[in-house]
Amino acid sequence: MLKINNLSKVFGQGSQNEKQVLKQINLTLAPGEFAAVIGGNGAGKSTLLNCIAGVHPSDSGSIMLGDYDITNWPEYRRSRLIGRVFQDPLMGTAYAMTIEENLAMALAKGKSRGLQPGISRSDRRNFRDRLAQLELGLENRMSDKVGLLSGGQRQALTLLMATIVRPSLLMLDEHTAALDPLTSRKVLQLTRDLVAAEHLTTLMVTHNMTDALAFGTRTLMMHEGSIILDLQGKERSGMTVETLIASFKKHSGEELVNDRLLLS
Amino acid sequence: MTLLALEGSIELGIIYAIMALGVFLSFRTLNMPDLTVDGSFTLGAACSAMLAVAGHPWLGLIAAMGAGFVAGNVTAWLHTKLKIQPLLAGILVMLALYSVNLRVMGGRANIPLINQTTIFSLLEGNDLAPLIIPVTILILIMVLLFLFLQTRFGLILRATGDNDQMVRAIGGNTDFTITIGLALSNALVALSGAIIAQYQSFTDISMGVGMVVIGLASVIIGEVIFGIRSLLRRLLAVVLGAMVYRLVIALAMEAGMPPTDMKLISAVVVAVALSMPVIRDYLLERKKRWVTRYGGEGGQADAKDK
Ligand SMILES: Nc1ncnc2c1ncn2[C@@H]1O[C@H](COP(=O)(O)OP(=O)(O)OP(=O)(O)O)[C@@H](O)[C@H]1O
Ligand SMILES: [Mg+2]
Repeated sequence: MLKINNLSKVFGQGSQNEKQVLKQINLTLAPGEFAAVIGGNGAGKSTLLNCIAGVHPSDSGSIMLGDYDITNWPEYRRSRLIGRVFQDPLMGTAYAMTIEENLAMALAKGKSRGLQPGISRSDRRNFRDRLAQLELGLENRMSDKVGLLSGGQRQALTLLMATIVRPSLLMLDEHTAALDPLTSRKVLQLTRDLVAAEHLTTLMVTHNMTDALAFGTRTLMMHEGSIILDLQGKERSGMTVETLIASFKKHSGEELVNDRLLLS
Repeated sequence: MTLLALEGSIELGIIYAIMALGVFLSFRTLNMPDLTVDGSFTLGAACSAMLAVAGHPWLGLIAAMGAGFVAGNVTAWLHTKLKIQPLLAGILVMLALYSVNLRVMGGRANIPLINQTTIFSLLEGNDLAPLIIPVTILILIMVLLFLFLQTRFGLILRATGDNDQMVRAIGGNTDFTITIGLALSNALVALSGAIIAQYQSFTDISMGVGMVVIGLASVIIGEVIFGIRSLLRRLLAVVLGAMVYRLVIALAMEAGMPPTDMKLISAVVVAVALSMPVIRDYLLERKKRWVTRYGGEGGQADAKDK
């Protein structure tokens, strides 16, 4: 589904602050594969996701998604194939617009955005059903502005928006990091359910080592712009947090440092 | 205030409301203060005057909208493609339009329209013509704008000002929404200028000076007085804000202020309105300090605080 070849990214090329953030990344995700990405501060996790999404142009290498070579597509065009949820709950929604307006915009993904009515009656019914599945009571607040929602409610809504039109690839960048532990669990559970129900190909950055092993089918570890560890199958199921840390040390020659890293 | 002055300021308020709706589009829905307005207002007036002189007053309005649309497009292009800050892009186009407007006006700094056929000739002999015709146009525009802002395209246009990152993440082309938004905004501004030119029977090269500030003042006054609860309410608030602004100006003139001071007053109104959050915080802080120093109502609130 996703095939990345020799992807490199340098920030501040030619300046004093030149920094190679991604070094010849190669990564292939099969359809339905759910990979958790983990790594230290500044390892390049967010940059990798942003290069795939087209927020940053990549310097070299190619990105294939489904049947398309999206390497030179602008961000908005890639978004027709990609669903995203961000770390900051403010980033995924338009706060001065209502819940149903936000969902309607997400539902129009890939369709022409002309002068058709923004929300039809059948859309509303559809939104109500989808929101009810979140079990947050949002189905009764569809004309409330998103600015009135809590961080967890917004992330749940963003998740719904990212998947309401089935994406070829779902990318989550520490999407529960800004939430309290209980809400974070709920949103993760929701993520797992949505991904499983639709067999979504998923790339999820997390700072929680346990989650990185427990969620999905594959664990990728990044360090200084490279993927240094790629665990799947038996090798992965045999891993514990302790052995994961040990193998990080072996492959990188360094201790794992991440301010937000959770070992439990 | 005399009845005549009141009627005059209501008529002006309605025509300027069309300009304020344009400013609302750029300033509120796109979250971009667009200074092109000063130039596109005169551009509209110039197109309108030239075509009215040639005997086509209605065509003048349509040409004005077209010209404003193009002007907004240029500003948007400078911003989205050449990455010039919106404020500066607007200033550049505003400056360029000064020369363009003089060209449209055939090199003259003003064009009188005395005894010309204008859009108001349509209701010849009806004293209410200066009210009825602008009101009809305004209502038409409000309805179209209200419907437009709820279409699929309208939704992402509004979301662009809220969170452009989000719009791109759901597949919306923000360069395009900004372009159409600024173009429509300036088309409305130019239409307003076009009607004003025929209403007051002359066009002057400097009639657009400070127009953006008047537009901002109208939008903000409307929001403060009439609220921002729903989309319809917001649009109505802009229109009412534009009329309140005209009434305030009329009252100030009534009180003996020279018309030349009006721009100063507009600037002060907008500065105060925009700094409202800071002023409110400052006053709250002052009050808190005063309470801690001299005690609140009976000291009980104090005890609770500690
Ligand atoms: N827009 C940018 N311009 C310049 N440098 C950047 C930019 N974005 C990121 N970087 C740098 O690239 C490196 C990788 O950043 P990135 O955000 O990808 O790390 P990360 O793995 O997501 O880290 P974290 O766990 O802290 O989120 C960092 O050194 C960062 O300072
Ligand atoms: Mg990151």
